Amino acid sequence: MAENTITVTVVDREGKEHVLEAPTDMGMNLMELCKSYELPVEGTCGGMAMCATCQCYLISDTALPEQSDDELAMLDQAFHVKSNSRLGCQIKLSDEIDGIKVELAPES
Amino acid sequence: MNSPIETDIIIVGAGPCGLFTVFEAGLLKLRCHLIDSLPQAGGQCSEIYPKKPIYDIPGFPSVLAGELVDNLMEQAAPFKPGFTLGESAEHVEKREDGKFVVTTNKGTQHIAPIVAIAGGLGVFEPRKPPIPNITDFEDKGVEYIIKDPEFYRGKRVVIAGGGDSALDWTIYLIDKKIAAHVTLVHRSQTFRGHLDSVQRVFDLAAEGKLNLVLDGEVVGLKGGSSVEQVVIQQKDKGEYDLATDHFIPLFGLTPKLGPIANWGLEIEKGSIKVNTFDYSTNIPGIYAIGDVNTYPGKLKLILCGFHEGTLMVQSAFKRIYPDKNLVLKYTTVNGVNGF
Repeated sequence: MAENTITVTVVDREGKEHVLEAPTDMGMNLMELCKSYELPVEGTCGGMAMCATCQCYLISDTALPEQSDDELAMLDQAFHVKSNSRLGCQIKLSDEIDGIKVELAPES
Repeated sequence: MNSPIETDIIIVGAGPCGLFTVFEAGLLKLRCHLIDSLPQAGGQCSEIYPKKPIYDIPGFPSVLAGELVDNLMEQAAPFKPGFTLGESAEHVEKREDGKFVVTTNKGTQHIAPIVAIAGGLGVFEPRKPPIPNITDFEDKGVEYIIKDPEFYRGKRVVIAGGGDSALDWTIYLIDKKIAAHVTLVHRSQTFRGHLDSVQRVFDLAAEGKLNLVLDGEVVGLKGGSSVEQVVIQQKDKGEYDLATDHFIPLFGLTPKLGPIANWGLEIEKGSIKVNTFDYSTNIPGIYAIGDVNTYPGKLKLILCGFHEGTLMVQSAFKRIYPDKNLVLKYTTVNGVNGF
């Protein structure tokens, strides 16, 4: 695989798996990755952890950094929240998360 | 009913893009009137993130969203824009003379030869919890906004949510002795509202004045012509019914395209399709600028909205004055001459 690229698997709302090549040198997050592959993620607030339209469930056992207060506060107001809920916009694409697998939460 | 408001350009949406369009239209001596469902101008910048810095406005290495709106208001002020705030543009109709009539949900009418939709993400609506039959009970015991607390006098009320609005109304309805019985249902053990509100809620629960349901969610509604019971799903307790007169979910606001979706405009993935020559829609005389539109290569950035509004008013001018030769105006030559 090309340098500065990791693999991210996204399961869409129909259960279909999308194995995506993701750049780690563009300062992108998971929400932006989904949008650029035209997966049905709105990203309404533009990545400020303020809308929860990029909510997803972490399926792999990838170790992610602690959730920020902003992210926890937003998930507190969102629906379909589970213990493994994350906001895609708060997950930075980096080598550490290579192989991550997430499932998109239902639209709300 | 008040007499209709007449102007040159009706701008639907008073966010940054709509506000800057007032300025650009003003340079061409066109007057604007803005309609917005929010009670203040500024759109998302004022409603969602007024204290967040924005870094990609040309010439401003960093500017708070709220400050940007203040500056845009000042920039538009010489051109005396009109505002219809707290009302959403509901309906559009083309008259025989070619002018459009835009009517709001409160019946206010606006008349102009040009309509510019700068609606951003759309109308901010309360976020509705995914309870299957919730729409059946809207205004029949389910309210997403508390308009008049007196409405709940002597009633049993279930509030859901963990933010400030849920906490504040819970406290208000109890402290003012309005509701007969208040239940607050919240999904987790902790609240993220103001610390003193959180403390007050726990105190009220300890004093037996509030039925506080933590680790719980309202997952169903039961009743006949109005709500009679909510179904609560609570960790450790499972599912149970709770009798109530009202269910008030308070989960903040979320934008929806709203009534504009029914205006006969060509829509693609929730955005209005435009021609990038002048940001016109499929209806001659109606334009769409900013985050609400889409075209190949579209970027939803404030600065792109500024550009789109600027080009749009040139086309609008030609529609209104087909016989006038448009002269581009540079503010460096004449300054800004207001109305």
